[in-house]
Amino acid sequence: MTHITRRSFLKVAGGTAAVGAIGVPHLAFGASKKVVVVGGGIGGATMAKYLRRADASIEVTLIEPNKHYYTCFMSNEVLGGERAMDSIKFDYTGLGKHGVKVVNDTVTAIDAAARKVTTAGGQSFSYDRCVVAPGIDFRWDAIGGYDEKVAETIPHAWKAGPQTTILHKQLQDMKDGGTVIIAPPVGPFRCPPGPYERASQIAHYLKKHKPKSKVLILDASDKFSKQGLFMAGWKKHYGDMIEWVSAANGGKIESVDAASRTVQGTVDKFKGDVVNVIPPQKAGKIAHIAGLVNDKGWCPVNQGTFESTIHANIHVIGDASIAGAMPKSGYSANSQAKVCAAAVVALLNGMEAPVPAYVNTCYSLITPEHGISVAAVYQLVDGAIAGVKGAGGLTPADASEETLRREVAYAHSWFKNITADTFG
Amino acid sequence: MKYKTIMQGAIVLGGLALGGAALAAGPSASMLANTCAGCHGTDGSSNGPATPSIAGIKGEYFIETMQEYKSGKRPSTIMDRIAKGYSDDEIKLMAGFFAEQKFVRIEQNADKKLASAGKRLHDRYCEKCHEEGGRMADDGGILAGQMMPYLRYSFDDFTNGSRSMPKKMKSKVDEMLKKEKKGSDSIEQLVHYYGSQK
Repeated sequence: MTHITRRSFLKVAGGTAAVGAIGVPHLAFGASKKVVVVGGGIGGATMAKYLRRADASIEVTLIEPNKHYYTCFMSNEVLGGERAMDSIKFDYTGLGKHGVKVVNDTVTAIDAAARKVTTAGGQSFSYDRCVVAPGIDFRWDAIGGYDEKVAETIPHAWKAGPQTTILHKQLQDMKDGGTVIIAPPVGPFRCPPGPYERASQIAHYLKKHKPKSKVLILDASDKFSKQGLFMAGWKKHYGDMIEWVSAANGGKIESVDAASRTVQGTVDKFKGDVVNVIPPQKAGKIAHIAGLVNDKGWCPVNQGTFESTIHANIHVIGDASIAGAMPKSGYSANSQAKVCAAAVVALLNGMEAPVPAYVNTCYSLITPEHGISVAAVYQLVDGAIAGVKGAGGLTPADASEETLRREVAYAHSWFKNITADTFG
Repeated sequence: MKYKTIMQGAIVLGGLALGGAALAAGPSASMLANTCAGCHGTDGSSNGPATPSIAGIKGEYFIETMQEYKSGKRPSTIMDRIAKGYSDDEIKLMAGFFAEQKFVRIEQNADKKLASAGKRLHDRYCEKCHEEGGRMADDGGILAGQMMPYLRYSFDDFTNGSRSMPKKMKSKVDEMLKKEKKGSDSIEQLVHYYGSQK
């Protein structure tokens, strides 16, 4: 019943009035229903599309500064030499076909009381409900000597696009026998298995083209996502090429010296030929400007509707939101957007938000023939998103080679389908 | 006219009330089905290359498949882990949703020669159950336009015994592999035939 057309809604409403069984919807008929979506990543784009699919009477405006979106997922395959940048590049023409008005501008303020969004370009948009999907921002003050400017030579590549290209080129230019340092942050961060898939994909490239080289992971944590599967896969395919140093063993980095490509750990200094620092993260900038964050820099929401618990009529989805047991991933953002869209449609039509259902699947590619995955199905339990007990989990450690090959094919299918579901 | 509108409203509301009672505790069919789209495509029609389309398949087949994933009877990479996340009632709701969706076919790299050889095989061994060249939703899903890698995986699983075939199918497949020259090529020919259909 989330596919509410205006006609069927009016039918329902007519019946309601006739029998007088339920409260009359609080919106007058014919009143406009305006939603402004801030951010055109996976969450924002899915949101805009699914709102229009469910109720074409809603006026949906999506505001996003960039004309193109590069998916973070599968960008590691670009580094591994298995994928072209163009294949992770998407635009907003598909959303236009659904009747979403796409505005290329940067939102600079959200006035929760006046229900108004303003942009750097001097435009303003009023809304009945606003959906904020800004993704992540970096904590530039967390690592000494590392800031936005330094990231041009010591890339994070944790937002895909030009950053991916910089890192890719540095890997191509590196001499055989070089060391690639990857420094993952403390959680929570976008795409928990991402740094380790990156290590795999870089090793895949190096094994083929620069086999005397090394990948050194200097970790701010003592454990990581899919750890057992990754480490077994690394050993099998790359021998000693990938070395992981946990925080407890001095892996956490404190500062970066860009000129010498050296990072300072808690005990030792490490010199790399290519250095990839992934800084600690927080909700995207506009979430902070709009006062939607808690003291940890993330956005608390009603986990059934994604409405902010700080400002009414503003919803926050994707990486920026605090979404219970769901990780910060593209699939999570896509799934949350659909739950949020159904809630917004219902609320704008004077109905109660429906019971939500969520899912997440994360594939990681260790080689072009060896894929692994983690999956979970979620439900709302006492106001918090929780994994359904007895479901989900990892690729079995003893999976056959055929299964691991199929996981790669299904990972690539996931990429095709989720991007079509989001932007198509 | 007004009377009719009111009556229609009352009927819809009646339906809702009933549905509402049944759904009071859980998510709606579309809410549940939306969780499948990331891998299987919007409304269950896949963009490939491997994950199967589930749009338009028979509700009974959807339910049977999910239950077999849950129990481990049918082998899978990830669906055994995901199927366990849905209750029997939720699976029924999803089955109803996908049965109503249109199976949208995409262009696949099917070889014309293999496909036409496959058509001959299909007509001889498969058409009786998988009617209209496998376009009909039947007890085994929709074959025409299904993703070719998925069809290969399924044939592999059937022929190596990790997935059990219905009796009739087994006798036909055995017959095909025995009678046709180069038996394993016949499977590839069928894959190209189904994959070639628009």
